[in-house]
Amino acid sequence: MEFATVIFYLIAAVTIGSAAMVAFSRNIIYSAFSLLGTFAGVAAIYVFLGADFVAAVQVLIYVGGILVLILFAVMLTHRIADVQITNRAVGRIPALVVVGVFLSLLVQIIRETPWQKAKEIVYAPTTSRIGDLFLENYLLPFELASLVLLAALIGAAVLSRKELKE
Amino acid sequence: MDHPIQTDYLRWIVLLPLLGAAANGLLGATLQKKIGKWAISLFACAPVLISFLLSLKALLDLLALKPEERFLIDRLYPWLSLGSLHVDVAFWIDPLSTVMILVVTGIGGLIHVYSTGYMHEDKSYWRYFAFLNLFTFAMLLLVTGDNLLLMFVGWEGVGLCSYALIGFWYHDHVNTRAGNKAFIVNRVGDFGFVLGIFLIFWSLDQQGHGTVVFREIEKFASLMKGQEIWGVGVVTLATLFLFIGATGKSAQIPLHVWLPDAMQGPTPVSALIHAATMVTAGVYMVSRLHFLYSAAPETLMVVAVVGMATALFSATIALAQNDIKRVLAYSTVSQLGYMFLAAGVAAYGAAIFHLMTHAFFKACLFLGSGSVIHAMGGEQDMRKMGGLRHAMPYTFWTFAIAVLAIAGTPLTAGFFSKDEILWQAFSSPHSSPLLWVLGVTGAGLTAFYMFRQFFLVFFGECRADSHTRAHLHESPKAMVMPLVLLAIGSIAAGWIGLPSIFGGSRFAEWLEPVFGAHHEAHGPAALEEILMVVSVGVAALGFYLAYLMYYKSRLAPERFSSLAGGLLYRLFYNKYYIDEIYQFFFVGGTLLLARIGAWIDRYIIDFIVDGSAKTTAFISWFNGLFDNHVVDWLVNKIADTTFEAGDKFRKVQTGNINGYLYVILGAVLLAMIVKLRYWS
Amino acid sequence: MVVGLTHYLVVGAILFTLGLYSVLTRRNAISILMGVELILNGANINYVAFSHFSSGNVEGQIYAVFVIMLAAAEAAIGLAIVLAIFQIFHTIDVAAAETLKE
Repeated sequence: MEFATVIFYLIAAVTIGSAAMVAFSRNIIYSAFSLLGTFAGVAAIYVFLGADFVAAVQVLIYVGGILVLILFAVMLTHRIADVQITNRAVGRIPALVVVGVFLSLLVQIIRETPWQKAKEIVYAPTTSRIGDLFLENYLLPFELASLVLLAALIGAAVLSRKELKE
Repeated sequence: MDHPIQTDYLRWIVLLPLLGAAANGLLGATLQKKIGKWAISLFACAPVLISFLLSLKALLDLLALKPEERFLIDRLYPWLSLGSLHVDVAFWIDPLSTVMILVVTGIGGLIHVYSTGYMHEDKSYWRYFAFLNLFTFAMLLLVTGDNLLLMFVGWEGVGLCSYALIGFWYHDHVNTRAGNKAFIVNRVGDFGFVLGIFLIFWSLDQQGHGTVVFREIEKFASLMKGQEIWGVGVVTLATLFLFIGATGKSAQIPLHVWLPDAMQGPTPVSALIHAATMVTAGVYMVSRLHFLYSAAPETLMVVAVVGMATALFSATIALAQNDIKRVLAYSTVSQLGYMFLAAGVAAYGAAIFHLMTHAFFKACLFLGSGSVIHAMGGEQDMRKMGGLRHAMPYTFWTFAIAVLAIAGTPLTAGFFSKDEILWQAFSSPHSSPLLWVLGVTGAGLTAFYMFRQFFLVFFGECRADSHTRAHLHESPKAMVMPLVLLAIGSIAAGWIGLPSIFGGSRFAEWLEPVFGAHHEAHGPAALEEILMVVSVGVAALGFYLAYLMYYKSRLAPERFSSLAGGLLYRLFYNKYYIDEIYQFFFVGGTLLLARIGAWIDRYIIDFIVDGSAKTTAFISWFNGLFDNHVVDWLVNKIADTTFEAGDKFRKVQTGNINGYLYVILGAVLLAMIVKLRYWS
Repeated sequence: MVVGLTHYLVVGAILFTLGLYSVLTRRNAISILMGVELILNGANINYVAFSHFSSGNVEGQIYAVFVIMLAAAEAAIGLAIVLAIFQIFHTIDVAAAETLKE
């Protein structure tokens, strides 16, 4: 096996392992911290795929933003003492069955479908091309996205005010 | 042209005032409290004065080059690169922008110094200077930006600062309203300006040379010929749109209404922004794009007619105003009209020359009036002044010189520049004698209203109350010194643009690389002399009338104001009711439309609705009989069944999200299995 | 064996399923949100993998960036709602917040 392949399997293992921790851990603090491994692992996978910009965005937004938000929410809504009981899970068996079937079907589809192949696989910096596309072909979605973010900003501020009127 | 000289110091001309604005804007409040106002004055005045020195250096550097190579550029960094649009942040200096930066930094610097005296008692001293510096920065950006977008940034920047400074004393509602008015009226013009930029870029892009850089537009301007949109030439349309922007910024008909109200701001602001620099931006823009305007004769005609109309129209309004600053404001509108008249007959050099001389004497007049207002303790009504020449000798003499200049007295700056415009209006290929006649009439009116003001303020008996009279004083040195320098400029600035019969204009020669060879007058020199004598004569007549009425009091002003039943006077006094008309048509029109809508709603729609309701009611009553006996039974049956079914189905809607998820997931799984096993 | 498209797709699929499991079984609102993040990450891997192996241009990555952007908005709003629920019910168990159905 090549060196790169080994690295890929390592990263995939870290990603999936910590994702499993997120899904199965009984302690919500562990879950939240395992999310870090998943996000970082996904960022590494993006790097493997030559998507430097997306990887950077992943680190900045997921690790730097969303994860911190989630940790804040966990800390704010739990007394540390009873973290164990608040993360209860119900209906594990039927869920495992359904999800297992689902995964096996997905994998089957992935293996059987004849995916289209690109003529050549390039590793080049993508940031400037993404920037160009954002301001040309995807200008409208881009502007809409900024609107959505603004709405989310205001919404979050309004929702989380202390004096919630009944 | 393609490899212009990179000159690094140009950026500092523009950026130094920005630094001053930042220093005063961010630290000003602390500085004022901890160190004192002198620190603010230093941070405000020093950058502008250094900019002025750098501008002088730029002038010398340009002079060292051959006339056709007089061109310096400072590329800061590439700003935008989108598709075919490439824009740099770059400052350039050519003979035209050199004139502008010298005016902006020179006169602007003097007004900064003056303001240190005028605003000294104000609590918000630092805020004033932060905005004044920011204004200087934006104005310099406007005149040195090497492309339309950068110019637009400056264009909006000066508008913003103008708004902030008109409403500077925001505790008084009148001031903020005036600021809003200026801002909103300017928005109308800016809309045209933006459309003009879009149109130019679009049209050049069609030909594969999309650009907003002035040099390149000039190079490719010929490509725009022949293109049409809505049956109108693109060049004509673009220049008209840009001219709408110019009418907004430079207060021409029909967007002139904001400038007189803008006098609510501090007087030095009126001098700097609303007389010497910002309002001339429109003239500068038209001159900068002269190659487009010259290619669109229809637009030129519009420009000339609007300019002429504005010049006459506001001169007549100025005859009847009593507020010392309002007279000057209408006078400014009128003089800007003259500049557009010059631009409209393709005499851009004359327009810029008048812009420069006007900057000197109008700044001097405004600062003089500021000095008077300062001495009178805030009084602005000329009817309550009079006899001030003894109390304020410096102000009196400098004001006198500036009045002589604006009235077009021979050998002053105003004489040479106005005469150049009138001569061009008579002789240039785009002109007509009618424009000249109207122009001379306007010059006579100018002389009259300026001397009227002069006599009312400085001569005769003092009409102020005794308290004010006791406090009359000459202004402090910081205010007098700029006045003296500006008065000197009001005379000397004209000598660089002597008419051809006195040896030819150095100024026109200087601008020649920009505007192309000066089309030399067709008329014989003798004709030029005769016309000159006539215009001086008309101005002298204006002076004589003012002298008789307001100095000798031998001629009662009422004899004129009661002409035509006083109708004309009332018209002038009320500014042709333009504000009322706008109020009536635009504000009232909107309200009227709403009322018509409401009326239609109430009487027509409601009638239809009521009518149909009554008809329906009748039919319903008839139906009711049938319903009660036949349909009800059926309906009740169905309802009962539905209710029972609903009661059973309700249990599915558990509100349990997991339950829903399982249903969704099950459906997806089913679809996948079907697809995998039985479809492919 | 060379790492190819299918490897990445399988990683994405596993992440997706784990997220799904989280959403299905958890009663804790924050845990459910974490599950949603896993699902979005799994989908994103697909976008970027297809962009890299199949299309050869960056448009897939643009979609990934949009997804990340929406995930950020969703997390902000979602967690704000969780906090609001916590202030009212003093728990974030989703079963407790089912009062809307009555």
